[in-house]
Amino acid sequence: MYEKENDLINAYMRGQMSRRSLLRGLASMGVTAGTAAVLVNGAATRAMAADFDWKAHSGKSIKLLLNKHPYTDAMLANLDNFKELTGMEVTYDIFPEDVYFDKVTASLSSQSSEYDAFMTGAYMTWTYGPAGWIVDHNEWINDPSKTNPNYNWSDMLEGVRKSCAWNGRPGGALGSDDAKQWCIPWGYEQNNLAYNSEMLEKAGVGVPSNIDQLVEIAAKLQAAHEGVYGIGVRGSRSWATIHPGFLSGYANFGQKDLNVADDGKLSAAMNTEVSKDYHAKWVKMIQDSGAADWSTHTWYQVGTDLGAGKSAMIYDADILGYFMNGGDNAMAGKLAYAPFSANPEAAAPTPNIWIWSLAMSKFSKDLDATWYFMQWASGPEHGLFGATQMDFVNPVRQSVWDDAGFRKRLSDSYPGYVEMHDVSAPGAKIHFTPQPLFFDLTTEWAATLQKMVAKEVPVDEGLDQLAESVNAQLKDAGLG
Amino acid sequence: MTDTTPAVPARRRLRVSSKLFPYLLSLPALLVCIGILIPFFTAVWYSLQKYRLSQPWNRGMNWGDNYLNFLTDSSFWNTLQVSLTYAFLTVGLELLLGLGIALLLQKRTRLNNFISIMLLMPLMTAPALAALMFKLMTNPNFGILSYFAQVLGFADMRWASDPSTALLTVVLVDIWVYTPFIMILLLAGLRSLPTQPFEAAALDGVPRLQQFWRITLPMLMPYVLTAALFRLLDSIQQFDIIYAMTQGGPGDQLMVFQVEAYLNFFQSTNVGRSAALLLVLWAITFFLSNLFIKNWLRLRERARGEV
Repeated sequence: MYEKENDLINAYMRGQMSRRSLLRGLASMGVTAGTAAVLVNGAATRAMAADFDWKAHSGKSIKLLLNKHPYTDAMLANLDNFKELTGMEVTYDIFPEDVYFDKVTASLSSQSSEYDAFMTGAYMTWTYGPAGWIVDHNEWINDPSKTNPNYNWSDMLEGVRKSCAWNGRPGGALGSDDAKQWCIPWGYEQNNLAYNSEMLEKAGVGVPSNIDQLVEIAAKLQAAHEGVYGIGVRGSRSWATIHPGFLSGYANFGQKDLNVADDGKLSAAMNTEVSKDYHAKWVKMIQDSGAADWSTHTWYQVGTDLGAGKSAMIYDADILGYFMNGGDNAMAGKLAYAPFSANPEAAAPTPNIWIWSLAMSKFSKDLDATWYFMQWASGPEHGLFGATQMDFVNPVRQSVWDDAGFRKRLSDSYPGYVEMHDVSAPGAKIHFTPQPLFFDLTTEWAATLQKMVAKEVPVDEGLDQLAESVNAQLKDAGLG
Repeated sequence: MTDTTPAVPARRRLRVSSKLFPYLLSLPALLVCIGILIPFFTAVWYSLQKYRLSQPWNRGMNWGDNYLNFLTDSSFWNTLQVSLTYAFLTVGLELLLGLGIALLLQKRTRLNNFISIMLLMPLMTAPALAALMFKLMTNPNFGILSYFAQVLGFADMRWASDPSTALLTVVLVDIWVYTPFIMILLLAGLRSLPTQPFEAAALDGVPRLQQFWRITLPMLMPYVLTAALFRLLDSIQQFDIIYAMTQGGPGDQLMVFQVEAYLNFFQSTNVGRSAALLLVLWAITFFLSNLFIKNWLRLRERARGEV
């Protein structure tokens, strides 16, 4: 490397200049943006090595189980730096999401030591944790001899960090003092509105700001545009139908999935009058303005229909709106974002969140070595690299969200995205009650929604039946 | 002495090995049998337990409770009804179609041979892929089948998304994939039938329809039963088509045994209930197999007696 370039990078590492100034300086010396990013990242790696014995596990090898995802792509693009930093070898298997979680369940339930760490969602740890398949990561986070001094655990967004911690007691509050950190947040999704601004403009309607307006405007959009449906939401017979927009709006009315009694017993809470009213509006919205094949829609159809101009709005994961607004999608550049409070009286949105996380398998042959990868992959340097050089959105670290370069990059390419995030981030967390029957109960909830939309059962009756069934299952499992 | 002494142990060895020989011969079969029975009895063992992977502290024997609970579990009865309806509907329709096509292709010509080979193509497609293909073809935005439905006046046809047409849609996929299987079996059967009865009937001026009912069908019945047995056993264990298209929905419309057992195990980690469901399915399969095989044997003996 030339001396001048080296000086610039070292000045940046000492905190004497901003990242933007550094990149501008390197550009003036003829260094391309891509090369500059690699140089800076390499320098960051060397700086990290100065404070901590990253070579403690040199020569060791770990294996990862990964889901095919942009977060995975970002990690793989930076993996050589980890190998250089630690002298460790990393191998991995990548599976598509359709089969990914079955592979994880099969691997963990058979107590296989093949994989040392894997990607997971926080909801899954409500099964894996009590089953004894994963570790409490607090043991490593709180050990200065195992965790580098720059890791800065408290930099993780509080709602996200706490959503990955549970004390294991059914109904126990997430992130309580006695909670175990079952997984380490990696990237997360809030649920808000993403809409086709051109379609809204042509139809002469504004951006909806509560559930009543959402129902009404979705219907107007559908009427105004032939071959387009008004609102995209998930509808497959799966727990994944409940957790995004649906539960975000539900929680905004102060509604819960389960009640937790003083003695810790759980009971169904979804058949209150407020809940029935919300369900009725949701069902009407889908019947009037949802996709014709709504009951088979997963996140994939919700996202691609928005990107292809088949739907006018979605109330789903914000990153779907992000990804559909770029690339070769037909509607790239036409999408906009809005934070959404379903309840007109709510002070702010309360998005339920999905958190792609990393967790160490209890059956790993070397947990300490694996933790080296975990802290690197979830550390601030890799977070910033992924967010600024790759598509690692949404980052889980406040420092990344505070980074001017990242905010500018997002604002330039995806206007309104940062503002949407900032408005809804304070209320963003998991709004479900943690308990081991999570997947049973939410899948049944989704099946009930399908019956309501198909007019097989009235909303009131359907919710009463669901509550009865949920209570019976909780009782049978010794939880109710 | 030197001649006879070594001969005694040789004869003993021979006696011992001739005693052991039959056991040695059956040892591979025994090992295979053990390999099959271990998972089976493991499933039986699990089905008698309250066993959720997410609640290891609650694990314990509950003996027949998982089965007894089915009696009062409306979702179980729904699963039973959906599974049997799906199985009998698909097999019935596939038999009719398969027989019809086989009759059309019975005559050995180059064209018929070519068509029969082409018709086997769907059978070479993985059912899950066929389901995804039909999912695209029934997409309301761009699906070709949705377009035809629209042309025919069914503008709001929602295929697998609508409870009233969901079963029809998955049955359609099953028919597309598996009718060739029945067709090829019945075609082989038709072409192997003796020609004399047909020649005699033709000489006597027996109408073609009567020939079919009185001669063809009775003689073809062992083939029909074989094809039906194979398809029924497969169809009642349906998983891939239904899971790929609707995951058992909308609501519980398509919740068949395999899909429910799969969701119970992989999603709910309820090993006990999942194992019990699969053993009920095994019992149904066992009963149906016996029924078919008894009838098949009866028909074969009757055919031999007639000969």
